[in-house]
Amino acid sequence: MSDNNLKRVVIEPVTRVEGHGKVTVLLDENNKVKQARLHIVEFRGFERFIQGRPFWEVPVLVQRLCGICPVSHHLAAAKAMDIIVGGENITPTAEKMRRLMHYGQTFQSHVLHFFHLSSPDLLFGFDADPAIRNIIGVAAKYPDLAVQGVMMRKFGQEIIKATAGKKIHGTGAIPGGVNKNLSIEERDFFLKDIDKMIEWSIGAVKIAKDYTMENFDMVKTFGSFESNHLSLIREDGAMDLYHGGLRAIDAQGKNIFDHVDYKNYQDYITEEVRSWSYMKFPFIKSIGTENGWYRVGPLARINTCDFIDTPLAEKERKEFMALTDGKPNNITLAYHWTRMIEVLHSAEKMKELLNDPDLQGKDLVVTGERRGEAVALIEAPRGTLFHHYKVDENDQVTMANLIVSTTNNNVPMNTAVTKVAVDYLSGVEITEGLLNRIEVAIRAYDPCLSCATHAMGKMPLVVTLVDHNGTVIDKKTKE
Amino acid sequence: MEKPKLATTSLAGCFGCHMSFLDIDERILKLVELVQFDKSPIDDIKEFTGQCLVGLVEGGCANEENVHVLQKFRKNCDILISVGDCAINGGIPAMRNDLSIKECFEEAYLNGPSVYNPSGVLPDDKELPLLLDKVYPCHEVVKIDYHLPGCPPSADTLWEALVALLTNKPLELPYELIKYD
Repeated sequence: MSDNNLKRVVIEPVTRVEGHGKVTVLLDENNKVKQARLHIVEFRGFERFIQGRPFWEVPVLVQRLCGICPVSHHLAAAKAMDIIVGGENITPTAEKMRRLMHYGQTFQSHVLHFFHLSSPDLLFGFDADPAIRNIIGVAAKYPDLAVQGVMMRKFGQEIIKATAGKKIHGTGAIPGGVNKNLSIEERDFFLKDIDKMIEWSIGAVKIAKDYTMENFDMVKTFGSFESNHLSLIREDGAMDLYHGGLRAIDAQGKNIFDHVDYKNYQDYITEEVRSWSYMKFPFIKSIGTENGWYRVGPLARINTCDFIDTPLAEKERKEFMALTDGKPNNITLAYHWTRMIEVLHSAEKMKELLNDPDLQGKDLVVTGERRGEAVALIEAPRGTLFHHYKVDENDQVTMANLIVSTTNNNVPMNTAVTKVAVDYLSGVEITEGLLNRIEVAIRAYDPCLSCATHAMGKMPLVVTLVDHNGTVIDKKTKE
Repeated sequence: MEKPKLATTSLAGCFGCHMSFLDIDERILKLVELVQFDKSPIDDIKEFTGQCLVGLVEGGCANEENVHVLQKFRKNCDILISVGDCAINGGIPAMRNDLSIKECFEEAYLNGPSVYNPSGVLPDDKELPLLLDKVYPCHEVVKIDYHLPGCPPSADTLWEALVALLTNKPLELPYELIKYD
């Protein structure tokens, strides 16, 4: 059957993404969903225009890909430039300052996603009045909760400012180390509030957990599917957001590869180009394009790790894994729960680091033998982030390759959209329920389309159902 | 009296200016006493519901869609503000202005070390908006009333500017709030 016999539904997220992402659904002649696609419609060209720039500029330049989690790009690039300057064995003070920055950022980014963007869905329901489905609406009905979200994000942003110099697009990490340590005054400023942050994080885990359990019949199938999972993992199998080897597992939890030195990532991961999206489609080489795709991010990290090295988050991880008898959890909406477990983990880690006197150390930078190529990975809030550079003898970048977290989740997001379309699109009528639910499925991945395009959580949608003659059968707008 | 309306958008930017706006933190609860949010990525309003007093624009124009959105903002906002380096100068995305789109595409989709592209396909689907030859600052596309520099402008800069405009005070910001970084 040619595509000409298919009906086409366009779901165009307009405001929240300003048209940078949109969904199309193709129906066959029986009005069954044949195909659904999430198109990423923005292109920047970083890989090319970064060529010729001095390498020391890269950590402050590439973070401008994304203002939502710039620290991830800042640190991934700095880790790569450590290798370029022969300083990858950074000092304890440098590593701990960077880690503190990274946990501060994971904390604020996850909190932003959960409280500001997703909590209206969980608190008000998928079918609630769109007019109240925002943080102001949450503030009106649940003022304490909204204030908690705002203050938690503020805490993370202040940590970033203290470690990177600025809340957004800082300069703290430099090739071979960092440019400042943490003063006693700065430390004490954070220590007075950190226990409250941990307490509120426990509360946030509970909201996500209770939501999942109370709605389990819907949640377990909603936009859900089995997949492989990928993340960095510490040598002892612990979750580590800053550094580790690559581990991939299949939907049953069997290792595909483990503790892979990420400098060899090209042997394991490749990205397919498709004509209908500026975002590429990564997959595991040994499995192939059809079944080799994988999820990344909080759900994948909880699934791949053997344990979490902070006690409160580890307790929550165990409870989460018990739900699926220790097997990988493949429930799309479970991203929220795992994201909040990571918020708790980040808060615990920040406390641990703040109490570490190494943060007041004065040994900030190391350099060694100059190198011409470097690969560095980090676990960004939304998942594994790959940076790969070549630098010539004039210190100029000659090659840059970036696989951003949201790109790694490209196929999973498309699969979730397809699943929701199949389950909730019936006949030629576009229902309000379908619009809401497609939004909810995409949002579970916290797609930072800023890195591939730029978008935040919620997307008012325009759906047009067009038959194969181009006649509009139905049109609906959700505002 | 009905509150004045505020609209915001992100064109070819990184959303950092919007994040900086959210860095006003708890002051957002005070802001909603002064203003009603209209079309913005931080709420669910898709189209302008009426004339807005202030429009904040982040990012320059990199594709045809950015231009359409910017023109719509000019039409619907009494005061239009370029926020941040990308809106004002094109910013980092404008680093592609000395290169051809072809070169950028080849690097991203053909030559990159992790690319799998046996058929040499490039993203060219009709669903994808056309890229402009260059990335343009907003004031080269429509008239802009104010420029707030920074990458991003600080939360205090955005707060002070908005409060002045919304309370009909002169917009006079100290140097510390309008320097680049």
